[in-house]
Parts: sequence; C-alpha cells; structure tokens
Amino acid sequence: MSHISIRDVHKVFESGGQEIRALQAIHLEIARGEFVCLLGPSGCGKSTLLNAVAGFSLPTSGAITVEGVPITEPGPDRGMVFQEYALFPWMTVEQNIAFGLQIKRMDKAAIRSKVDDLLGMLHLEDFRKRYPKDLSGGMRQRVAIARVLAIDSPIMLMDEPFGALDALTRRNLQDELLRLWTELKKTILFVTHSIEEALYLADRTVVMTYRPGTIKRDLSIDLPRPRDVASPAFNALKKELSQLLMEEQDRHRQDEFKGAAVD
Amino acid sequence: MKRYRHAASGVLVPLVALALWQLLSSMGWVNATILPSPLQVLIKWWAYLRPLEAFDPAQGSYLKWCFSGELIQDALGSLYRVLVGFFIGGGLALPLGLAMGYSRVMYGLFNPLVQVLRPIPPIAYIPLSILWFGLGNPPAVFLISIGAFFPVLMNTVAGVQNVDSIFLRVGRNLGATRFTQFTRIILPAATPYIFTGARIGMGTAFIVVIVSEMIAVNNGLGYRILEAREYLWSDKIIAGMFTIGLLGLGIDTLMSGLSTHLLKWHRGLEQG
Repeated sequence: MSHISIRDVHKVFESGGQEIRALQAIHLEIARGEFVCLLGPSGCGKSTLLNAVAGFSLPTSGAITVEGVPITEPGPDRGMVFQEYALFPWMTVEQNIAFGLQIKRMDKAAIRSKVDDLLGMLHLEDFRKRYPKDLSGGMRQRVAIARVLAIDSPIMLMDEPFGALDALTRRNLQDELLRLWTELKKTILFVTHSIEEALYLADRTVVMTYRPGTIKRDLSIDLPRPRDVASPAFNALKKELSQLLMEEQDRHRQDEFKGAAVD
Repeated sequence: MKRYRHAASGVLVPLVALALWQLLSSMGWVNATILPSPLQVLIKWWAYLRPLEAFDPAQGSYLKWCFSGELIQDALGSLYRVLVGFFIGGGLALPLGLAMGYSRVMYGLFNPLVQVLRPIPPIAYIPLSILWFGLGNPPAVFLISIGAFFPVLMNTVAGVQNVDSIFLRVGRNLGATRFTQFTRIILPAATPYIFTGARIGMGTAFIVVIVSEMIAVNNGLGYRILEAREYLWSDKIIAGMFTIGLLGLGIDTLMSGLSTHLLKWHRGLEQG
C-alpha cells in the first residue's frame, strides 16, 4: 500500500471574481520512504497540492489518504517546513524545537535529550539560546527542520524550503536533508521550482502544468547518489525537464500579460 | 566620541532657550508675574521640594521627613492615581481586547459600542464622574481608567488580529490545541502591540490625572498648579509643570525599558 495516496483530486477556488482551477484530476501514489519533488512554474498548484496533503486546505473533490486514512485536518504525522521558516521569534532555538514535544506532553527529561540530539544532528549546539532573528537564513531553516524532526512525523512536507537561500547554503542543506532522509527513512514531498534541485534530491519528480494544475510528467530519477550535477546523464534529464517546464512557464507568462495571473 | 557629540547637541537648544529666557527677565523686558526668570523658578522649585518644617524626631523617621515636602507629596499623590487608574483601565481592556481580537463574534458584539465611546475624551466624563463618585480620588481614578482603557484595548485587538497566520498554521501542524495556540502563539505574538498600547495608555493616564486633579481633589501636581494660579505664583506654576514633564518622562522611560527587556526577541525585528 502506498504511504500517501492522492486520487482524482480537484481544487477550485475563486480569486478576484474569477474561478481558478488550481488542481485537476491529480493522481499520485507515494511509497513509504520515497522522496518526491513537485516541480512547476508559480501558479501551477504545487503548493496547493502540498497544502491539501498537509490538511490546511482540503480538496474540492477527490481523496487524499495517508496509510489509507483520509486527511481531514493538519496533524503532526505530516510535519511541514515552510519557505519563510516560520520560526516563533519569541522562542529560542531550543524552545522552537521543543514546542512540538511539549504539545505532545512528553516529559521534561525526554524533551531535553531529544532536543540535544537534534541540535547535534543539525549542527546547532552553539545556537541553542539564540533567538531566530540572530540566525542566518540557512540556520533558521535547520531549526525549522529540527522542529519537524522532533515530532517524529513519518512524512515531511517541504514548501520550497531552500528557495530563499544562496546557492552554496542551499547545496549544503540539500546534502544535509539527503543524509537525514537516508538515516531516518522519511517520506518526503518537496515543492520546488528549481529543476536542478528536483534532480539532485528526488527519487521521482512530478512536473505540473500551469492552470489548471495537472500532472504533466511523472519521472523517476534513477541516478545514483550522491549525484553529480555535471554528469551527462544529469544534464540530459535537466534538458528534458527544462523543455517541459518552459512550455508551462510560457503559458504562465502569457496569462500574466493578459493580467489574468493571480498568485 | 560621537555619542558625546550627540548628547551635547541635544542640550544645545534647551540651553539657548534658557539663556534667552533669563535675558528677557534680567533686562526687565517682561513682567516677572507673567514670566518669572528661570532662576526664580529654580528657587521656588527647591522651596516646593523641601520639607516644610524642621526635622523633629518626635514626628517620625528622618526618611519620612525627607518625603514630607509639598512637591513630593503632590507627585506621590498623582503617581498613585495614575497607577490605580492605569491598572483598572488596562486590566479591563486587556481581557476584552484579547477576546475581541480572537473571536469574530465578540468583535461584532463589542466593536460598535467601543467605536462610539472611544472618541469621547475622558475630560467629557468630568461632570458625570463627579455626579457618580463625588469628590476625592474615586472620580479622578475613574477618569484615568477611561483614558488608559482605549489605547490598551485597541492595541490588544490589533495585536491579536495581526498575528501572522503562518504561526497559526505551524501550531496546527504541530498538533496544538486551541488553548495552546492562544497561550503559546497568539499571546506572545501580540505582546509587542500590547506593550505599545500600555505605553500610550500610561501617557494618556498621565494627561488625565492632571486634569482630574484640577477638579476633584485637593492635592497632586494638577491641583497645585491651579492653586498657584489663584495666588499668581507663576514661578510655582512653571516649577509644577516641569515636575509633571519630568515625572512623565521618567514613567515612559521605565515603560520602554521594561518592554525592551521583556521583548528581547523582538528588538530590531521591526526593520525586518
């Protein structure tokens, strides 16, 4: 049985008096431990799909199930990492990481040792007493990842988590994420608009179309890890995906020229 | 060095103004009853500050004697009314503001009334306050509470309503109950607003205390400057006014120091 099952999902919403078909007939089966990237231009519904799996905004029709159970609301079994980090600015690094555990009413000693483990795992020991405003973007995203790992959710949902980082920090965190994924065997659904990021990380890359959001291509990436971004095989895939993506980007651009694109 | 230069430039204008003022008086260009010289004000201020009687151990401790000066008694009286009024007004505004910010229903119920009452200046309540509470501290405290109430209320409502929705999403994602969402996310996220409201409320309380003392009580800084006018003691009026200014500045400095200390996480966040 697949871990996450998305069947015939449609999502329609209104924006500016206009009906937007954000998702249309989406079918996706994600196996346990699989790393899947949703790739597409902005407005293609990839974040809408992620939010539907997270339970923040449920589909208009169709079903999303996790281990056979339909999703009705957000929950700690599907931890989410946001592009804008969303750390609580009034909590220190360790308080941010501990928050989910306090919600679970775990006892203090257990929280402490778990937080210590995570601080070590994500190289944050020296920053435990800092507030988020005193951290760099990369550090903040490490804390956000630690906060989700703390609650042991089997599924990690990531919404362009590295989109705001510089290229080097980004590669760094990508490697870190792959290491954690291998170690902890999470199922990851990862939204990005970077072709290279999708190819570098994912077992499978799902390319989505611009409005209505449908699945244009579901591509297995069989390259061995660690992946060499300069290899011919990597670049062949990159070229293939670029072409697919540019077609969608063109449609997005035309819509924008018409003033119809609403994000 | 730069800091000193900054401080030096800050006292330049007051010094020049003082010098001009002294010059006007010394040259006899203005009537001393209408505008006494700064020196005269300072002398009066000192007399106002000093204990009225000589120290007598039979009358109580030395410390008590030190605080027996008219000015200190007035300042303490005003401060007492400000604090009591502020805590009553703010104490009522805070829970109502939290409820109105959090619940649309509560907002819909209370907002129309609040919007009607809010533009009424506390001073307009003076006749009613005397009718209801007579003379003395109660009407003064009532007016001050009204003055402190609305700034705290409006800012608390805004603080709760402006909590970034992403924080609430994170809370739901981590499995927080509504209660936890409120106490651990909404409340701390709204504190910068609440502190701003408290600071404005305290400022309003301070304005209202002076006015209320002019009508309802027979001590306090507001009472004293009005009393001084009866005798044409303009030096005492001005000494009283400066005392009001300094006390207000002191309270505001304390409030902002407290909020900076408690909101360490927030410092510098406003700029992004």
